Amino acid sequence: MRNGKAVAKNGGKRTLKLMIVDDSNIMRRRIERSQRFEQLELVGTAGNGLEALELFKKTDPDVVTMDITMPQMDGIECIARLVAMKPAVRILVVSALADKATAVEAMERGANGFLNKPFTDRQLNEAIAELVR
Amino acid sequence: MLYEQELKTFVEGTTNFFEVAAQQPASIGSPYLMEGSPAVHEYTGVINISGKREGVVYFTAPKAMLTVLLMKMQENDFSHETMKDLVGEVANTISGNARRDFGRDFVISVPSVLSGEKPQIPQKPGVRSFIIPINWRSHSAKLIVSLT
Repeated sequence: MRNGKAVAKNGGKRTLKLMIVDDSNIMRRRIERSQRFEQLELVGTAGNGLEALELFKKTDPDVVTMDITMPQMDGIECIARLVAMKPAVRILVVSALADKATAVEAMERGANGFLNKPFTDRQLNEAIAELVR
Repeated sequence: MLYEQELKTFVEGTTNFFEVAAQQPASIGSPYLMEGSPAVHEYTGVINISGKREGVVYFTAPKAMLTVLLMKMQENDFSHETMKDLVGEVANTISGNARRDFGRDFVISVPSVLSGEKPQIPQKPGVRSFIIPINWRSHSAKLIVSLT
């Protein structure tokens, strides 16, 4: 688990705190590099659902990108727990699982969007823009 | 037993991965039946499959190919750990995408990664394995699909 920077204000607009959850270091860095929103500030990254819960309690993020297939606790269970702690949290699932049933279950648990891997930078930014709109 | 249409799912998944993640299409050859022990490259990402189907899907690639792939993904860490991370992620992405056709009962594990010259590749006795050859830039890799 890697803690990020403190949250700053952005021209009077509230900065939204972002947490990235994925068991792949490459994917976490990819998402971190790609997201280009001034109103988002990375507060930390986690490699599985359990780490994400711990980091969530410490950093109180507003926006989360969430992988599903991860060790220890998967993304589907983690989404439900995050939403129970903070119903207003906005969650974008970023997963290779491409069946409709998984997307539906993630949304039923409280996710707000679903982006399939692999994705382009543009697709990621559009999905995040939709999430923070 | 794998059917032709099911193999096509993996061919399409592999094609899509290189087109989108590497931003450069790969040439995907016709799948063929594997005979004997598989010849693997330096890094192999393994996904175990359970649920309505059982078996294994693995992506095996040489370090040189993975290095270029990482560059194309704007990654600047080329360590052993990152190579392992990448082969696992490729295997995971192609297997996870296959659920579009196989459905959610096609349960995929988190990736495990083998590296070195002659790693032990898990194989289910009596199950036929198919090799999908991948040529990308000047490099060759394989996706191997072995399912009941």
